[in-house]
Amino acid sequence: MDAASLFSQFMSGLTTAMFLFLIASGLSLVFGVMRVLNFAHGSFYMLGAYIAWQIVQWLQPGPGRFWLAVLGAATGVAVLGAVVERLLFRLLYDREELYQLLFTYGLVLILGDAAKALWGTQQLSVSGPPVLGGGIELFGTIVPVYNLFIMLVGPAIAVAVWLMLTRTTAGRMLRAAALDREMLGALGANVGTLYTGMFALASFLAGLAGALVTPIQSIVPGMDVEIIVQAFIVVVIGGLGSFWGTFLGSVIYGQVLSFGILIFPGFSLFSVFALMAVILILRPWGLLGRPLR
Amino acid sequence: MLEVAGLTKSFSGFVAVSDVSLRVETRQIAAVIGPNGAGKSTLFNLITGHLRPDSGRVLLDGRDITGVQPHETCRMGLGRSFQRTNIFPKLTVFENLQAAFIVHYGRGGNFWSRSEPLYRDEVQSLLGQIGLRDQAGTLGGTLSYGNQKQLELGLALASDPQLLLLDEPTAGMSAGETHETIRLLQRIAEERGLTLLFTEHDMEVVFGIAEKIAVLHQGRLIAEGAPAEVRNDPEVRRVYLGQGLSHA
Amino acid sequence: MTERAEIAVGIGPRAGWRVPWTLIVFLAVLSLPWIGSRYDVFLGTQIAISALFAMSLNLLLGTAGLVSFGHAAYFGLGSYACGILMKDAGVPFSLAFPAAGVIAATFALVFGFFCVRLTKIYFAMLTLAFAQIVWAICFKWNDVTGGDQGLPDVPFPDLAWLGALPGFQRFRIGELFFFVVLVLVAVSIAVLRRITDSPFGRVLTTIRENPERAAFIGVNVRAYELAAFTIAGGFAGLSGALFGIFNRGVFADFVFWSKSADVMIMTILGGMNHFWGPAVGALVLTLLNQQITAYTEYWPFVLGTILVVLLFVFPGGILGALDAALSRVWKRRHA
Repeated sequence: MDAASLFSQFMSGLTTAMFLFLIASGLSLVFGVMRVLNFAHGSFYMLGAYIAWQIVQWLQPGPGRFWLAVLGAATGVAVLGAVVERLLFRLLYDREELYQLLFTYGLVLILGDAAKALWGTQQLSVSGPPVLGGGIELFGTIVPVYNLFIMLVGPAIAVAVWLMLTRTTAGRMLRAAALDREMLGALGANVGTLYTGMFALASFLAGLAGALVTPIQSIVPGMDVEIIVQAFIVVVIGGLGSFWGTFLGSVIYGQVLSFGILIFPGFSLFSVFALMAVILILRPWGLLGRPLR
Repeated sequence: MLEVAGLTKSFSGFVAVSDVSLRVETRQIAAVIGPNGAGKSTLFNLITGHLRPDSGRVLLDGRDITGVQPHETCRMGLGRSFQRTNIFPKLTVFENLQAAFIVHYGRGGNFWSRSEPLYRDEVQSLLGQIGLRDQAGTLGGTLSYGNQKQLELGLALASDPQLLLLDEPTAGMSAGETHETIRLLQRIAEERGLTLLFTEHDMEVVFGIAEKIAVLHQGRLIAEGAPAEVRNDPEVRRVYLGQGLSHA
Repeated sequence: MTERAEIAVGIGPRAGWRVPWTLIVFLAVLSLPWIGSRYDVFLGTQIAISALFAMSLNLLLGTAGLVSFGHAAYFGLGSYACGILMKDAGVPFSLAFPAAGVIAATFALVFGFFCVRLTKIYFAMLTLAFAQIVWAICFKWNDVTGGDQGLPDVPFPDLAWLGALPGFQRFRIGELFFFVVLVLVAVSIAVLRRITDSPFGRVLTTIRENPERAAFIGVNVRAYELAAFTIAGGFAGLSGALFGIFNRGVFADFVFWSKSADVMIMTILGGMNHFWGPAVGALVLTLLNQQITAYTEYWPFVLGTILVVLLFVFPGGILGALDAALSRVWKRRHA
């Protein structure tokens, strides 16, 4: 394996990592505040992809079509997330966590079949924007410009969300809510709206990731489950509820996927869960999470 | 009966309990008091093994129980009741106590007999002692606050402890309920020869029945002794200025 | 069931066993091969096996309060164990069946040891991780498990002795196996009932209700959880062994997480707070599945909707709703 190929794998790993991060960050956010692992997060990702494709079908070819589709898809998914949270999810907050988890699983089943009914089972794809087409030669290998774009967008969004969490009032309230929901409500904060907003943001990120991935990957049924499993692993590695942990976990896991497949073809099936098991056994709170009691 | 030596515990840099040492004699009624955040609950958690201390030792009746797990310290004779009622909500009062007896008598490993008829006599007797006989069939979670506290006590007593740790036993109670609870505690302690160690905010209760008082402030022990001594201790007065000691 | 509801319906110890519903239902089901079609017997076998699988999960979910997302692993391990022993090693069913249970229980013991050190979501995720590892191994280990092709043509046990009995001669192997399944499932459920009603079961409920408090009355929570996990795994393995034969083959997807999800939905549909809840859930879900997949390919949508409706409207499941309704009737009659 020469340096150029290694670099190529490395770049590919980073690209994967950034997509994973976009999804996993939403998952981690929801878990950190609401203590629920949202299985349907992968479904939102998938819907982002399908809706983006749909918007592209509706619009005339032209400059900005891709960006409109991406933005439209992400917003659409965000709205869906907000509606689901406001009308349904909210009613389950007082119940045991199991019920909330099962609800999200029910959503996976429903949304998965809904997508199948609306868009069929064939592979769909969207071409990327011409301005981001082609590749650049770096270190002896050709890196697609689009991938480079993703590698920039990922950290940019990470920083933006981080600033939101730490600098804005809403963000601070979210972090407080993660620690003590009742207390926050007692202080007069509108916890309900906060949760809806946060859920919408998480869904936006997932939808965005789904829409952005369409030039690189085909849209197929089952992509919801495939991605959620990987997102789980990422948040476990990084630490459930830790924002930068999720970032770190994404980067690490992106590389593990990228190089692992080279070393051991049957890799992803087994390794993914073996890795999760190892971390949960040795260090359940992940790399940057807070140690459990 | 209980000896605590040099217990220290910190959480991520915050020192909750610092070098606390105290003794409680057998059959004594002792209290630990201090402002909120003084470290009382942490101290109890350290004694019962719920938390491991960073340093220091806990000795129960001469045996070192430092860091021993709660289910073990329970078997060694340490009972505990909690500040926020901590019972088994979807089991009836009867089943709550019955479960405790099952564990106490070591029958928990029995997969084959029926649990339903076990220890009925012991449960009835205990129900009588704690005054919940007419609530035997009520689900724990639907009991009134006061009754839940009685059940709390019952659960702690079922394990036949020698030393009973009570975390704010009269929290949230009216004056009348407080009196009843205290009388009940005194009677039970007398009947069973228990040693009691409790924490309280209600100074009337503390000075009413405690034979020995330890005062915690910001994790450190600032006074230990008979009620009269503690009441007149200058440091204690300083810490508690305006917090009710003046009319105790 | 609540005392009042039990007395109203005439079952349970308080009612003095006036109406032995369990026995009646058992005899009714037993007569299925005589009074029903071959398809009815087929469904009946499937429901009985699913019922045992779901009840084994409920020892964890309903009794001990442990949420396991990977229960299908032990079902699958039992299937493979029994299938491999019978097909490749020629071991008779009478040995392969209990062996499957023991093997599944052993895996549950080993995996469970690590899982019980965690709580809540971490526990659930580790159970899932272990189950998927088992799946990946089953899917890939061609030599032993047949890999993605699985293990087809698992033989039926030798039931000639049963077929020789008077009245049984007209039955084919599928119906004869139904009898075997029914009896084995009934015995297993009876054992599970004993365990649930035992002092051990009582301690498990304290862990479900309040694990912290349980520790403070002297319960070694981890040890009890591990014991429950092992027992549940063992019974899941037994149900898996039966299924592998019934299905005429063992395949890796027995272990896939969606099977763990399906059995959990069954348990909750029937009512996880009642001993018979999972069996009821198995019955209803299997029949629904048969009916609906005949009309549409969108079974997941239906399942998801049922699940969501269940969670919002009938959190206690079918038996929970029935219980509540009966209690209301009782209150009105005795107001």
